[in-house]
Amino acid sequence: MHVVVCIKQVPDSSQIRVHPVTNTIMRQGVPAVINPHDLVALEEALRLKDRLNARVTVLSMGPKMAADALKKCIAYGADEAILITDSVFAGSDTLATSFALASTIRRIGQDHSVDMVFCGKQTIDGDTAQVGPGIARRLGFEQLTYVARIEKIDPAAREIVVHRRAEGGVQVLQSRLPCLITMIEGSNTLRFASMDDMFRAARYDVIEWNHKAAGIEAPERCGLKGSPTAVKKVFAPPQRSTKAEMIDATKATPCEAADTLLAKLFASHPALEKEMVR
Amino acid sequence: MSAKTSQTAPHGLEDWRGVWVNVELERGRVHPVSWELLGEGRKLADQLGVALSAVVIGADDSATDAACAEAAFYGADSVYVVRHPVLAHYRTDPYTKALTQLVGRYKPEILLLGATTLGRDLAGAVATTLATGLTADCTELRIDSETRSLAATRPTFGGSLLCTIHTLNCRPQMATVRPRVMAMPARDTQRTGQVIQETVALSEDDIATKILTFIPDAAAEEAQLAYADIVVAGGRGLGGPANFQHVKELARLLGGDYGGSRPVAQAGWIGLDRQIGQTGKTIRPKLYIAAGISGAVQHRVGVEGADVIVAINSDPNAPIFGFATYGIVGDAVRILPALTEALRARLPTRAEAI
Ligand SMILES: Cc1cc2nc3c(=O)[nH]c(=O)nc-3n(C[C@H](O)[C@H](O)[C@H](O)COP(=O)(O)OP(=O)(O)OC[C@H]3O[C@@H](n4cnc5c(N)ncnc54)[C@H](O)[C@@H]3O)c2cc1C
Repeated sequence: MHVVVCIKQVPDSSQIRVHPVTNTIMRQGVPAVINPHDLVALEEALRLKDRLNARVTVLSMGPKMAADALKKCIAYGADEAILITDSVFAGSDTLATSFALASTIRRIGQDHSVDMVFCGKQTIDGDTAQVGPGIARRLGFEQLTYVARIEKIDPAAREIVVHRRAEGGVQVLQSRLPCLITMIEGSNTLRFASMDDMFRAARYDVIEWNHKAAGIEAPERCGLKGSPTAVKKVFAPPQRSTKAEMIDATKATPCEAADTLLAKLFASHPALEKEMVR
Repeated sequence: MSAKTSQTAPHGLEDWRGVWVNVELERGRVHPVSWELLGEGRKLADQLGVALSAVVIGADDSATDAACAEAAFYGADSVYVVRHPVLAHYRTDPYTKALTQLVGRYKPEILLLGATTLGRDLAGAVATTLATGLTADCTELRIDSETRSLAATRPTFGGSLLCTIHTLNCRPQMATVRPRVMAMPARDTQRTGQVIQETVALSEDDIATKILTFIPDAAAEEAQLAYADIVVAGGRGLGGPANFQHVKELARLLGGDYGGSRPVAQAGWIGLDRQIGQTGKTIRPKLYIAAGISGAVQHRVGVEGADVIVAINSDPNAPIFGFATYGIVGDAVRILPALTEALRARLPTRAEAI
């Protein structure tokens, strides 16, 4: 079994600030983290390593500093880490990203054929959930998104059974390998790095490939050129113009505050009262 | 010199015409986001002067017929329907095949899908197959008059910023929109649409993924949050899970539903499916009551569609007061029960019914 986990290094968006004048993201000093959803995918892959002795390769596309994120994955127990980094990848949208990653996975498969690809449900900076399906489609892998649990896996029979979150319930799906799985949050908890793996990570050199090494013969399908979508404008969300009508409950009892609110509420929005007794 | 370069469309783009909405039909039920999208699609189609069409993919049964009729009531001029036993439950492969073939056949310029688990799974596969642009979770869709292209606005960086995205050289222009972001259009049962039966060659033998079972969410678990007219929510300011009872009680009295901010959902005070905001649910209630919630931007984007927002927060400078309709500065743990009491006194019918 060979499992590839795709991860992305993202700015910790809880610490991101927007420049009040230029409306640009102020990244300075914002720590970079592994996209939290990807850690769920990594843990699931490591469990396959525990159970089935699967080989785990982590893959990322990004600037050179993303090697740090990949090293962390080695510390958690991944076997190999590959970073594809090249100026031709700059400005990739989800279609171009999935092209680059799928091409690289195909290249990786030449050395050790790939049975499964794991991705996080989505990233916290882009939030699109599109890269996973894009990779699956390009590789012709079965696409299993929003997976909460791997129920059964039989590498010899090339069979897998998963629980997939769907609208209004859970689908129990039987599928085949190779497949691509995106994992939803809450499915597992990432293990602690072991001492041995931490030492290994410290000495480990992340494999860096440019587009050629990654087996990409059509660089024009990557980056800005290969992206059908173009960002035309970035701006701060408009404020809801009205400021709240304030009721100061610190100088009144809770009951008085509640009565004041209801009086105001029903005077200005009489329909609400009907809504409440309906 | 005014160098206004006229955007000439790359060859062939003008062959693509019409606005399409994917109608999400699962186990006999249409997801309401489909109608919300038809409402929005109607505006885009009118602005472009083209037809609005619905695509219904489903089993060969009466639920599929009903979905086609409903699509017309909600504004579709025509309905393309693919019916087949293998389409009874959603699976990526047959649905992708059906939708991509129809798109190839009729060449719509815009294709909209709901940003549900089904819609996002399908949209990603379809856009990749068609090698076209896809913009996720849009909050606003407009037609750019100069380029006649779709200007799709979406939150980015967890809601801190908005960006407007165009797909200039590929068709169709694809976008997903979350439930409750667009308003529900009026349902007009006098409207009719032309229903066009389509055939796509599908066979169970070609589909590697089988559905073994479907475990529906327990009725009690199935949060109706996104569609509730009244929502009461709590945040970390409530101090602990025990105090969340006050939120649930008020919601129950009002016949509404309850939810919370992300930290509260992650701490397990409420179920994960009750998280409101950018990475949770978008709500559009008539009344939203937020207790002990700061009003961070990621929370705000999920509640902005509410008609009236009441915020209870002990900090007079909490960001939530910047967009609430009414603000009460005080301790939510004391004010929530007082509010429940005051309402119980005022709403005798419901108070008796409970
Ligand atoms: C990528 C990303 C996605 C996110 N998605 C979401 C999302 O979908 N939804 C979401 O909600 N958040 C989301 N967040 C988190 C968001 O940024 C905020 O951290 C979160 O909304 C804060 O929750 P809170 O207001 O409950 O808690 P806090 O920020 O801790 O605020 C608690 C508030 O309660 C007030 N308070 C304290 N005691 C009392 C009292 N006794 N009575 C009344 N008020 C009191 C305080 O003044 C304060 O304003 C996301 C963050 C990131 C980075």
